[in-house]
Amino acid sequence: MRYLPLTEQERKEIQGQLGIGGIDELFTCIEEGSCLFPAIDLPPALSEPELLQRFAAFGEKNRFQHYTSFLGAGSYRHFIPEVVQYLSTKGEFVTPYTPYQPEVSQGNLQAMFEYQTMITMLTGMDIANASLYDGGTAAAEGVLLAVRKSGKKRILVSSSVHPEYQEIIRTYCQNLNYNFGEIGFQNGDGKVNLQELQSQLNGETAGFLFQSPNFFGVVEESRKIGEIVHNSQSFAIQVVAEAMSLPFLTTPGANDIDIAVGEAQSFGLPMAFGGPSLGFMAVKEMFLRQMPGRVVGQTVDIDGKRGYVLTLSTREQHIKREKATSNICSNQAWCAVRAAMYLSTMGKQGLESLSRHNHMAASYFVHKAAALSQASVKYSRDYFNEVVLEFHTLAAKDAVDRLREKSILAGVPLSWFYPGKERELLINFTEMHDHADIERLLKALGELK
Amino acid sequence: MRTLPPPLFEKSRPGKIGYSFPEIQFPGADVAVESGSLRNGLPDEFPQLSEVEIVRHYTALAHLNYSVDEGFYPLGSCTMKYNPKINEKIAAQETLNAHPYAPHELVQGNLEILHLLADYLIKITGFGGISLNPGAGAHGEFTGMLVIRKYLEGKGDPRKMVLIPDSAHGTNPASAVFAGYETREIPSSNEGIIDVETLKRYLTPEVAALMMTNPNTLGVFEKNIKKIADLLHQNGSLLYMDGANLNALLGIVRPGDLGVDVLHMNLHKTFATPHGGGGPGSGPVAVAAHLVPYLPVPTINLSNGTYTVEYDRKQSIGRVKNFYGQFLVIVRALAYIMSLGRDHLRRVTEDAVLNANYIRKKLADHLDLPYSSPTLHEVVFSDKNLKVKTLDIAKRLLDAGIHPFTIYFPLIVHGAMMIEPTETESKETIDQFIATMIRIIGEAETDPDLLRNAPTQTPVRRLDETLAARKMMLKWRREENA
Repeated sequence: MRYLPLTEQERKEIQGQLGIGGIDELFTCIEEGSCLFPAIDLPPALSEPELLQRFAAFGEKNRFQHYTSFLGAGSYRHFIPEVVQYLSTKGEFVTPYTPYQPEVSQGNLQAMFEYQTMITMLTGMDIANASLYDGGTAAAEGVLLAVRKSGKKRILVSSSVHPEYQEIIRTYCQNLNYNFGEIGFQNGDGKVNLQELQSQLNGETAGFLFQSPNFFGVVEESRKIGEIVHNSQSFAIQVVAEAMSLPFLTTPGANDIDIAVGEAQSFGLPMAFGGPSLGFMAVKEMFLRQMPGRVVGQTVDIDGKRGYVLTLSTREQHIKREKATSNICSNQAWCAVRAAMYLSTMGKQGLESLSRHNHMAASYFVHKAAALSQASVKYSRDYFNEVVLEFHTLAAKDAVDRLREKSILAGVPLSWFYPGKERELLINFTEMHDHADIERLLKALGELK
Repeated sequence: MRTLPPPLFEKSRPGKIGYSFPEIQFPGADVAVESGSLRNGLPDEFPQLSEVEIVRHYTALAHLNYSVDEGFYPLGSCTMKYNPKINEKIAAQETLNAHPYAPHELVQGNLEILHLLADYLIKITGFGGISLNPGAGAHGEFTGMLVIRKYLEGKGDPRKMVLIPDSAHGTNPASAVFAGYETREIPSSNEGIIDVETLKRYLTPEVAALMMTNPNTLGVFEKNIKKIADLLHQNGSLLYMDGANLNALLGIVRPGDLGVDVLHMNLHKTFATPHGGGGPGSGPVAVAAHLVPYLPVPTINLSNGTYTVEYDRKQSIGRVKNFYGQFLVIVRALAYIMSLGRDHLRRVTEDAVLNANYIRKKLADHLDLPYSSPTLHEVVFSDKNLKVKTLDIAKRLLDAGIHPFTIYFPLIVHGAMMIEPTETESKETIDQFIATMIRIIGEAETDPDLLRNAPTQTPVRRLDETLAARKMMLKWRREENA
């Protein structure tokens, strides 16, 4: 077997050195009668060409690749420059472990340090960690962080946060005796109901978690939210599920948000059927010692040369064990390094114009959709690259089925997550859609009866 | 010698461009966001570089990393085995790169991949059901403890306490705490394992579970596992097994046959998916039949030749991660298991255990072996009787071009050196490591300063971690790098 270098001869030699008469003797330390050497019902080994064929067959069984997709809702299709694919797949980035020996890990440490720096620049926050699993778990860690820092246990969550993120938060906190409250959105503009927020906040509230752009694609009034939340000595936690919005919209930092968390899959990572993606966390400096996850810091070596190390590990599980700020150990290091490659390749200008381009594609659809007779855009202001189309009579699910017949995946019916929103469809636009794609979608929508 | 390139931010110059995409006009489209919500550009210090400079920067960084592709990487409990290249190619296959909300009928191939890996892992470990959703080992532990708690709640009392041996990885107590438990540490016996009589003293009606790593972090198989499982079950408690060291058991014994209730495994250790410098991993959780209803959502089912996704299960602990988990890690693990098949699975463990015992045998005359119990896939020595510390040995290994073993873990061994060679190393490599270690141990006697001043052959030398923690530079700033 090509992954196993020991020859039969060498195996015998080693057994001789160990003074054993057979391989099975290595396992006599396992209790007798412990069902040793079970027959395992796996198929026979596949050779490399057979393996390729097998996976090509899985790929052919998939049919999604034959459709034009407008699916977003937390996973986005953006263009990935070839240098990002080329550089990130180098074995030196793919096959190291966590940089526990910094002298031979400066490449990854510097790349992660640069990633942290770029995340702070994108979010306008003071500091960022070196990654979390994904947007949903980052949101949950944001909640835990607000509770830890405030010592209070009441958490308010906007109902326009990605529904999966809400589920993950509930799962994470199910045994921690937190007191959750839900804040609704306004039917008119899709934004957080600030009056409801105001009335639900009290001295016991650790924080308010909202998403902007929210699940309906609507840009929230983050600054106002921050002010209201701070008035009751609580923390404002902003989720960003589409990181491509960061270069386009005022930053969480500029809006005085305390904790910014989210999903940065859009920065050079494929949709990959949902994972691996990239959870990020960026916070105000005061959260430094309570923040979860690994952090890279700059320092010098004994010769005074600039270098980088994992730092602040006294927060982490391998030192603090049951008192750690989080149980996280492995994170999404490679995804963060790849995101850094993407961000530096796109650069300041590239990201600015690309994020604007995403918005303009959505804006073009909104502009043209005004002519549709069977549907209208529900929130036609303050969106980024995703909008809700509301059908006048048709169920969104049925519309989606009908458009599928024309090789279009038109979006995510909101009724999957919001009972009562049967006629609403969430549609995403990125730079991967050209004019013709959007026209095709409009035409197909126009032909719906 | 290789040196660190200047940070991106110091090389950046206004006007440099590394990207290219078409300028598309959208006639009639306007910015539809109120001006107060619009950003006035990224900071001027955000990188601006040409494509060739990006390639040079990251190529320079790549050269500063030690990796499995470069050489021996015997980090104990991390299972740094070779990561097959064909699996990378398969994971990059565009026909697998679906949107997670694509209709299930259009992603039958992807759902089949999820279903198949679940099936194979169940067969390898001997359980009733499994979830592939957790994002890494610690996430799997947390998920497993939530399952245990929910199950016990269903029986009327979640209980308060989780028992954890003193040799355990730090994620175990942290995961138990986030699942709502208090933890209590059990001392290891002088054999380095859990002593049945000691355990009995800790087994109160408050105990929800014992979290056991097996083989444990000393590489020793917990030979009383069946007795321990029986004792726990008689007490109404459950047995959680941390499968970080599952590489020692493939085709040898199935944890599910030993009375284990919950097992998490690390696809990035046992199943050869790359560590990526610290992630992404994947930490599937397998459970005994009575715990299956509590597994997280979603799960993949097969009926009449069609794969479906189940999102609502009444007793489930809920969702732990977005979408389906770390799908492309799952793809690689499946490709690995298919490459091994029933023919080579057991050989993986045999060779891993052979290599570890060979190292143990050859170094036992030179280093202190704190526990004499037989070991499986890894061996732990201490720095007792040496003139230098474990750290110094590790740093001197760097100068020899070898990545050190895990150091100072497990905590119960003074100056622990935890060596896990894995099965993917040749005898020549193992022999060279042994010879290098013996040379360095000799140098420790004759010229200890050589070790204390090591490394000298690396791009940077020992780094000032105290300064890093005190001065706290967590992002690049011009004024600190002038």
